[in-house]
Amino acid sequence: MKAARFAYERPADLSSAVRALGEYAAASGDAKPMAGGQSLGPMLNLRLARPGRVIDLSRIAALRCIESAATSASVVPDGRWRIGAAVTHAEIEDSPAPLDGRGFLRHVASGIAYRAVRNRGTIGGSLAHADPAADWPLALNALGAQVCILGPGGRRDVSAADFMRAGFSTVLADDEIIEAIDGPVLSAEARWGYWKICRKTGEFPEASAAAVFDPVRGHARIVAGALGTAPVALEGLAEAVARLGSVALTTHAVDQALVDAVSGLDAVERKLHVTALLRATRQVFES
Amino acid sequence: MSDELHGKPGEGIGARVPRKEDARHMQGRGAFVADMQFPGQREVAFLRSPVAHGQLRSVVKPVGFESSVFVRADMAGVLPIAAPSTLPTFKLAVQHPLAEGKVRFVGEPVAMAIARTRADAEDIAETIELQIDELPVHVDAHKARLDRTNLLHADWGDNVFLTLNYENGFDAAMKDATVVVRREVSLARQAMVPMEGRATLALWDDRAGQLVVYTSTQVPHVIRVGIAHFLGIDEGLVRVISPDVGGGFGYKCVLWPEDLCVAWLALRDRRPYRWIEDRREHLVAGANCRQHAYALTGYADQRGRLLALDAEITIDGGAYSNWPFTIGLEPGQATGNLPGPYDIRGYRVKTHCVATNKPGFLPYRGVARTGVCFAMEQLMDAIARAVDRDPFDVRMENLVTAAAMPYNSIARKHYDSGDYPRALTMARDKIGIEAWRERQRRGEPDGRRIGIGFASYCEQSAHGTSVFASWGLPLVPGYDSATVRTTPDGGLEVRVGVHSHGQGMETTLAQVAHEVTGVPVARIHVVHGDTGLTPFSTGTYASRSIVMAGGAVARACESLIPRYRHIGAHMLGCTTDETRFEGGEVRGPSGSVSLREIAAAWYLRPERLPADVDRNGLEATLGYKPDVDTGAFSYASHAVVVAVDMESGGVEVLDYVIVEDCGTLVNPMVVEGQTLGGVVQGIGTALYEESPYDENGQPLASTLADYTLPGATEVPPIRIYHLETPSPYTKFGIKGMGEGGAIAPPAVIFNAVNDALADLGVEVNETPLDPRRLLEAIERARVAAPARKVA
Repeated sequence: MKAARFAYERPADLSSAVRALGEYAAASGDAKPMAGGQSLGPMLNLRLARPGRVIDLSRIAALRCIESAATSASVVPDGRWRIGAAVTHAEIEDSPAPLDGRGFLRHVASGIAYRAVRNRGTIGGSLAHADPAADWPLALNALGAQVCILGPGGRRDVSAADFMRAGFSTVLADDEIIEAIDGPVLSAEARWGYWKICRKTGEFPEASAAAVFDPVRGHARIVAGALGTAPVALEGLAEAVARLGSVALTTHAVDQALVDAVSGLDAVERKLHVTALLRATRQVFES
Repeated sequence: MSDELHGKPGEGIGARVPRKEDARHMQGRGAFVADMQFPGQREVAFLRSPVAHGQLRSVVKPVGFESSVFVRADMAGVLPIAAPSTLPTFKLAVQHPLAEGKVRFVGEPVAMAIARTRADAEDIAETIELQIDELPVHVDAHKARLDRTNLLHADWGDNVFLTLNYENGFDAAMKDATVVVRREVSLARQAMVPMEGRATLALWDDRAGQLVVYTSTQVPHVIRVGIAHFLGIDEGLVRVISPDVGGGFGYKCVLWPEDLCVAWLALRDRRPYRWIEDRREHLVAGANCRQHAYALTGYADQRGRLLALDAEITIDGGAYSNWPFTIGLEPGQATGNLPGPYDIRGYRVKTHCVATNKPGFLPYRGVARTGVCFAMEQLMDAIARAVDRDPFDVRMENLVTAAAMPYNSIARKHYDSGDYPRALTMARDKIGIEAWRERQRRGEPDGRRIGIGFASYCEQSAHGTSVFASWGLPLVPGYDSATVRTTPDGGLEVRVGVHSHGQGMETTLAQVAHEVTGVPVARIHVVHGDTGLTPFSTGTYASRSIVMAGGAVARACESLIPRYRHIGAHMLGCTTDETRFEGGEVRGPSGSVSLREIAAAWYLRPERLPADVDRNGLEATLGYKPDVDTGAFSYASHAVVVAVDMESGGVEVLDYVIVEDCGTLVNPMVVEGQTLGGVVQGIGTALYEESPYDENGQPLASTLADYTLPGATEVPPIRIYHLETPSPYTKFGIKGMGEGGAIAPPAVIFNAVNDALADLGVEVNETPLDPRRLLEAIERARVAAPARKVA
């Protein structure tokens, strides 16, 4: 299939992108921002998405920066990193910048789909598309990152945990775009784990889980992904693991935490999610 | 790949000659239908049925686009596609090029739209209004078989395409059995997913006065027969060209409604029209394959010797049959091949092929043999467990021995040659069974369970007239022809009606011609894929081409040798008897004369020819068919080691060994490439691929995001070893082998998984083995036997 007809616009800078989006949103409501096009592209081709206008953000320099406190002329404060929304997964995978300081973002990026997708797909596009099984909504939630949103009314920050409301649904208004993702640099004592159960390399997972523990900052999060909705943080479990260590990490405890937080899983789904959670969290103690 | 490189020196039969066709493909210079553009070309988009079963009430063309949209009623004079079969009980399922009266599966073409671009044509197509009264849908072959009220084809009286019954020695043989083992196994419905989908471009050539149809097909001459027949025009008015083809696998061996529609448009308007199947059309509306269900009862003795086999096979045939092979091919193959490489003396089978509201069913690489091997090999393991013997030993007990060759099977197949037990033994030794059993006993540090599996099969290849005629087909292969033409500079042009769609025949047929003539492979040019340039052949399918076309090429080359010698002798001033043809030249007592000089004499300097020269010149067309045409049986044993993850339901293949025998190897590298490709498809069948349908007949895997194919990272290292038992019936002893790789993987992988889980009482028997099926089987076993310790 070929895409239905649409107008195409490639604004040169952030303000014209926001302006264009605002105008079309007000007029017809059918403009769609596009970054790497790795999700929107197939949807256009299958005619599942039929926007009147596509606004291509991929060339806007302001969305293409990776910054950390170490970056020269960086405006990012100490202890934080910032990734522009149109930065590709591959650029994060290959990034020489320290970013989170513990290699978590690089690891997550390297496991997204396969390299051809990573070369085009972007971190902001993935968050905005909000596929329940995608990597970034899960990983950034576990890391405690923030999503920096830009709209006609200015800027606002939303925590990654609150950004995604449900499958393919976010807090973004029609006339807003993601400008950047901003997050904390982990301490040297921080440990993380990340596990996906995929039928094959590059496929969306059947179950996924991320765990990030940073005792120095008092950060402890275990998050389950690929649940058909937004990732779900298992806060009680994370707290118990932070307090008691690996003894708190039993199959029974994880299963109970999952069932308490998520309803409607059948036996196989439950088994797969428990497995992903256990394996992700065990990595915290193995690294 | 084999660690012992197998291959003869030189460029003839047995040499590892690099494939001639690879240079253009590796550089992206192949020419496929989708690469072609002609002036004034229009693109075609099909509007397809959104419902699985319904009465078509109306198709309303959009206002302003009446001349760009076509329905069945516009195609007066075009015959519906129908392939009768003489098999008893066979019922004819007629398919119109565009739906008439009823639609019978989601994706059935109902109307077509034309425009300058495909996108524009799709825009028009989606504004066509369809009114369809929905009818009850059949998605379950077992239920459809018993339903005589809700029918797909109203005049049938039931929903059964065909029922085959066969019995031979069953009652006598089963009486002695002391062990009875029953198993039900099934395979999911699949798509075939060649890299290149279907594609057809038709145009009118004013100069030639011909409809020229470029189409991605395995069988250009057959397509020409079909297009002329169903359009109702002379065959002389049709030329079919199949350019580079990106994989066929059986998907491209029949005439499709879309082909007929595009050809009709070009004939009508005398302008080029093109339709390129996209991946969604392939997954939704293309033909399916593999969906068999088996209920087997094995009657064995205490040693695990299978005395008699009772089977009921149900094949979900989808909505329509196909032209020319008919839906009868699949049940016929299942019925005849189920006993496999085993010496069984009693056999009773009933095979149902049932119509359902899904796309039609085509024979896919391996045809029914992937299913029968899956069923039979699981039964072998089940018998082994029942008599408490090693599955390897039970197989050895049952395999047809080399001493018994040639062997007539209980299903009246004639196995020509081979040493089946040797292949199995070698597979066991190469996989290193003892070390794996030790590791299996020890247990894995990560908690996964190790399993080892075996599977053996034999594969009828290059079966000819008698076999196809027995299936009652309207079109039966006979003698394949080859034209070999000496060029004026002493090279060869080899023209064949078979067609390569990845098999490497531009190389292997050149090797055959080299074997006979000594002309360097680089100077032998194979021409195929064009009915205007090649002699008739029914084409490339059923692992037949290297035997049939190879035999024809050899015969045509051989017929030229005396002609070369006669001219050469004259030029050397000796008698023909004093010459021999060697190394591409005629050698006499006093010297030699090259083929280049001989060819130059015939074409350019005829004053140098003897007065009694053969007037037929240096070109010959000869036909070939093995004298015994019941098939040359290739065979193989596969051995595999898997690690089963009990928590994630994942299966990793750790080692994979194949010991295969396809008779005389023409090019070991090509055999290995064919085998590897087939194994990957077989791994897909075993672990990944499935076209599920909901209860309304809606396909649930319509993109490659939902239809899971194995990729490079899912393919384990595969070690291939060759045995070489020449067929007594074919030229050079060559056997066909294009399909074998795809036959055994589901059987061997399931047997390995079941070996890993046997002590837990877990047995899986339904493809594909995804995490859900595996974890559910583990859970079932845990519930059934709570005392057993199941992880």
